Amino acid sequence: MNILVCMKQILDPEIPARDFRIDAARKEAERGSADLVANIFCENALETALQFRERSGGGRITVLSYGAASAEDMLRKALAMKADAAALVLNESDAQADPLAVAQILAAAARKLGDFDLILTGRESGDWGAGQTGGLLAEELQRPCVSFVDTVDVTGDKLRLRRQTDSGYEIVEAKPPIVLTITNAEHNVPRIPKVRDVMTAHRQPLTTFTLADLGVTVDPHAYYDVVELAVPRTETQCELVPGDTLDQKVDALARRLVEVTSAL
Amino acid sequence: MSSDVAIVLFGNPATDRAASGLVGAGQQLAQQLGGSLHAIAVDAQTYQPESALTSIETICREMAPRAILLSNDTYSQEITPRLAHRLGGSAAGDAVAITPELRVTRQVYGGKAQAVIQLKRTPAVVWLRSRTFAPSILPLPAPRGEGARSEGEGPRIVERSSEAQGQARLEDARVIVAGGRGIGGPEGFASELQPLALLLGAQLAASRAACDAGWVPPALQVGQTGKKVAPDLYLAIGITGASQHMAGVSEAKQIAAINIDRDAPIFKHCRFGIVEDYRKVVPLLREKLSAMQR
Ligand SMILES: Cc1cc2nc3c(=O)[nH]c(=O)nc-3n(C[C@H](O)[C@H](O)[C@H](O)COP(=O)(O)OP(=O)(O)OC[C@H]3O[C@@H](n4cnc5c(N)ncnc54)[C@H](O)[C@@H]3O)c2cc1C
Ligand SMILES: Nc1ncnc2c1ncn2[C@@H]1O[C@H](COP(=O)(O)O)[C@@H](O)[C@H]1O
Repeated sequence: MNILVCMKQILDPEIPARDFRIDAARKEAERGSADLVANIFCENALETALQFRERSGGGRITVLSYGAASAEDMLRKALAMKADAAALVLNESDAQADPLAVAQILAAAARKLGDFDLILTGRESGDWGAGQTGGLLAEELQRPCVSFVDTVDVTGDKLRLRRQTDSGYEIVEAKPPIVLTITNAEHNVPRIPKVRDVMTAHRQPLTTFTLADLGVTVDPHAYYDVVELAVPRTETQCELVPGDTLDQKVDALARRLVEVTSAL
Repeated sequence: MSSDVAIVLFGNPATDRAASGLVGAGQQLAQQLGGSLHAIAVDAQTYQPESALTSIETICREMAPRAILLSNDTYSQEITPRLAHRLGGSAAGDAVAITPELRVTRQVYGGKAQAVIQLKRTPAVVWLRSRTFAPSILPLPAPRGEGARSEGEGPRIVERSSEAQGQARLEDARVIVAGGRGIGGPEGFASELQPLALLLGAQLAASRAACDAGWVPPALQVGQTGKKVAPDLYLAIGITGASQHMAGVSEAKQIAAINIDRDAPIFKHCRFGIVEDYRKVVPLLREKLSAMQR
């Protein structure tokens, strides 16, 4: 099976709120001292693809990103995790494109890279959290799409997918070609690449395209535009329960909890 | 393009808080736009991704609404961008507000910032964060049903399990006891948090870290990519209070915390708390709560 995993590099989403600043003019987060990392759901998607390849005993995994030159680091790490090939579509402007523009670019790159049976994206990105690229990409390529998948297996000529829902799970049977958006689960926590593989990955080829190479021109804001970005201040004053001993404190806590819950 | 608004209902507004919030939001927007409100009902029990999408698309082409609003359930989230693409519109998700100019307010950067996004194409297809819109039931126009279609070669949902069956929806819980990585393992959830939840008449929830570790099922995850809850009391135990987690509890009336670390960000969000090891606090707390209830 020929598998494409779409990956986005983002500002480390787990930096503490107190270190988070925005650039009001550009309507984006300030880079500050934060690292650039792979969006976690993209790594979950890659891990899901790797496990699928291991279980089904074959297949080729290509990772694809649209982004700045720095995204190469993320793609090389993906190679170290044992993706077979990597491609970067260089974003030569420094503007954030909307999800439709991104989907159109990824669709053009996917067509150029080959015929994919399975295209995996993350459920959403940890910066803007649009949660749209997978669905839009499916429409661009006129493929069906299943969201929030956490396991991909094969039975006969069909894929057997498990996806998360509000109340539990669903099993979905599907035929490739298909687009899946991947969510996190206990079993698709991304693996840590071996040091040796990290070294090798640095020497592996990496395909780079410009938009001109792909023959696409997109309007980065035809779909939507960010008009305001602000950091809301919502700190509350926390009262630590009084008491000198553990017993006294827990007693105060118990009273407080009963007070709140019995008023319901 | 009319000034009408369509809502896509997967639940019953008479019994479901998210659906009634959707009706309320739809009424308000339709009134602001000076159009009328239409409802499209989809049976969640027989939902299949491709056929539901095609049916809703067909109905929407006929109705030509300016805005289509959906709720925050799995199916609505799955459909939203694809429906927008098919109708030549623009989509946004997790909206906490939408204006007649089709500007959507939503949290971004894992809850650390809030953005206003101008949708450029119509129809606007938007799924809403539940609870942030005033609920309403009546008068709702008779919904158009989503007709059954054959799946053809498309994906088919062949099994629907629900781990949370019998349990009330986390979104509707009035008291929640939530555990994080600090709980240390599944035993802590089973032998400490579950009994505590029982004593408080609470439902159990968790952080992503606890779900990813496999200590509790993913349906219990609260946060940006989990459930958005709105209890009167949210007791966070062994949870740091990362912005992505707090994004799921922004509608909670009161947050309390048990955490070993005084500097954990959770203490910037809670009304009261205790800085101690939960393994010392919770057993004692259960004793005291039982004694107080007797
Ligand atoms: C795109 C994206 C989406 C995300 N979505 C979500 C989401 O929906 N929900 C979510 O929860 N997270 C989400 N996260 C992850 C989030 O950023 C945090 O990593 C996660 O919430 C941390 O979980 P935690 O607080 O349980 O674990 P930790 O950060 O490890 O914190 C454990 C806490 O337990 C305390 N502790 C340890 N031992 C004890 C003890 N014995 N007694 C008391 N306290 C103790 C520690 O002091 C610490 O504060 C998301 C992240 C990304 C990037
Ligand atoms: N610039 C990008 N390059 C590659 N993949 C992307 C890009 N942006 C989004 N994606 C994919 O789409 C998923 C959802 O992103 P989003 O719609 O932005 O929330 C991500 O997890 C990626 O798999």
